[in-house]
Amino acid sequence: MSRPMHNAEQWLRSALSIFKKDWHSEMRTRYAISALLMFVVTTISIMVFALGSESAPADVLSGMLWVVIFFAAMSGLARTFVAEEERGTSMTLQLLATPSAIYFGKLLFNLVLVTGVNALTVLLYTIFLAGFVVKTYSIFIWTIALGSIGLAASSTIIAAIIAKANTKGTLYPVLSFPILLPLLLTCINATRLATEGAFLSESFGEFQFLISYVVVVITASAILFEYIWKD
Amino acid sequence: MNLHFEAAGIKKVFNRRTVFENVSFSLNSGEILLITGRNGSGKSTLVKIVSDVLSPTEGKVIVREGERTLTDSRSSLLGLVSPYLQLYDEFSAEENLWYTIALRGKIPDIVHIRSLLKRVFLLNRKDDPVRTYSSGMKQRLKYAFALAHSPHILVLDEPTSNLDTEGTAMVKEIMNEHRDSGILIVATNDLSDVDRFDIQVDLNVAAHA
Repeated sequence: MSRPMHNAEQWLRSALSIFKKDWHSEMRTRYAISALLMFVVTTISIMVFALGSESAPADVLSGMLWVVIFFAAMSGLARTFVAEEERGTSMTLQLLATPSAIYFGKLLFNLVLVTGVNALTVLLYTIFLAGFVVKTYSIFIWTIALGSIGLAASSTIIAAIIAKANTKGTLYPVLSFPILLPLLLTCINATRLATEGAFLSESFGEFQFLISYVVVVITASAILFEYIWKD
Repeated sequence: MNLHFEAAGIKKVFNRRTVFENVSFSLNSGEILLITGRNGSGKSTLVKIVSDVLSPTEGKVIVREGERTLTDSRSSLLGLVSPYLQLYDEFSAEENLWYTIALRGKIPDIVHIRSLLKRVFLLNRKDDPVRTYSSGMKQRLKYAFALAHSPHILVLDEPTSNLDTEGTAMVKEIMNEHRDSGILIVATNDLSDVDRFDIQVDLNVAAHA
């Protein structure tokens, strides 16, 4: 009994150290955070100037919110694996940690990054786009939380795949779009329900789908990651 | 720890090019393997396969302790020094070694880390980012990286590249200490890097032109 417990502890410590290393590295280089923040601020500014005094319908603004979130994620989340390949440290990481610890450490890093960026995006969006009014906060908060987890889960495994390719920049959104489309459509629908003042129970279908999506993507990624990571 | 390290029928193909095939050897604790071969013969590729960071196209590598086959990743038993191994440039030498131990799921001990840095003559530069190091200093840091978890198997690819006289002497000392207690695998074309060896794999024989 003691050996599996010891191994589980070691695995957890390893995964958390990968998160800590990536966070430490990010705080020093600020590559992903800068890219994400610049994208969010620029996109929302352009939307504000484009709309001017006009007010877009709430369902259009719900869709636009997730367009901003999707492209912001595409501009920064790949960095976690691409940086390892570009610096030539992938092999170092292979020698130090198990593939599953690497995957979950990187997933945690992307999750923290995407949650922070999404919180800022929502804040700026509600301040500067007057037509976007959330009426049911419980639906909205659950949608942002589950959407962020789904986005981080998919982005992490796709980042691991494209890190090995030559055309990383263009391949990332192209590969991500079909995988993220069901997640984005469900999030847009749930956000629309939140702006229309629907009851929480009316969005259970969306939440069921989002939870299933997250479970399926994380399970499949955990199984497949070793084959993507090695060689 | 008495280990038996065995490689059987290793073949590696990149795209359609066979780099080498039918490479087999076996080693016990206290023995030294020398891998030689001309440029492009696949020395580094074989080192990567031995270190479990690259899969062979055919064949397998097995590590046994007594009768028991060790099924865990070889990387927990193995320390690697090689020119293509990179450390994190934005971190200092001390931070790199801290993460080297933490990423293995162990609790880093700062006294141990500093003793490793002292051993590779980098203690006075422990807080400087690795990007400010010369190539020789980076090579020394790789030795601290490889020895951080006291590995039983030490794999050295071009062990003295970029090193000055002091660094070369340090490598010789590490190799001498390690060959008494563990398994040493050295890939080089400079035979002055090794004082003696027990088994030689000449990839000029196994390589495909």
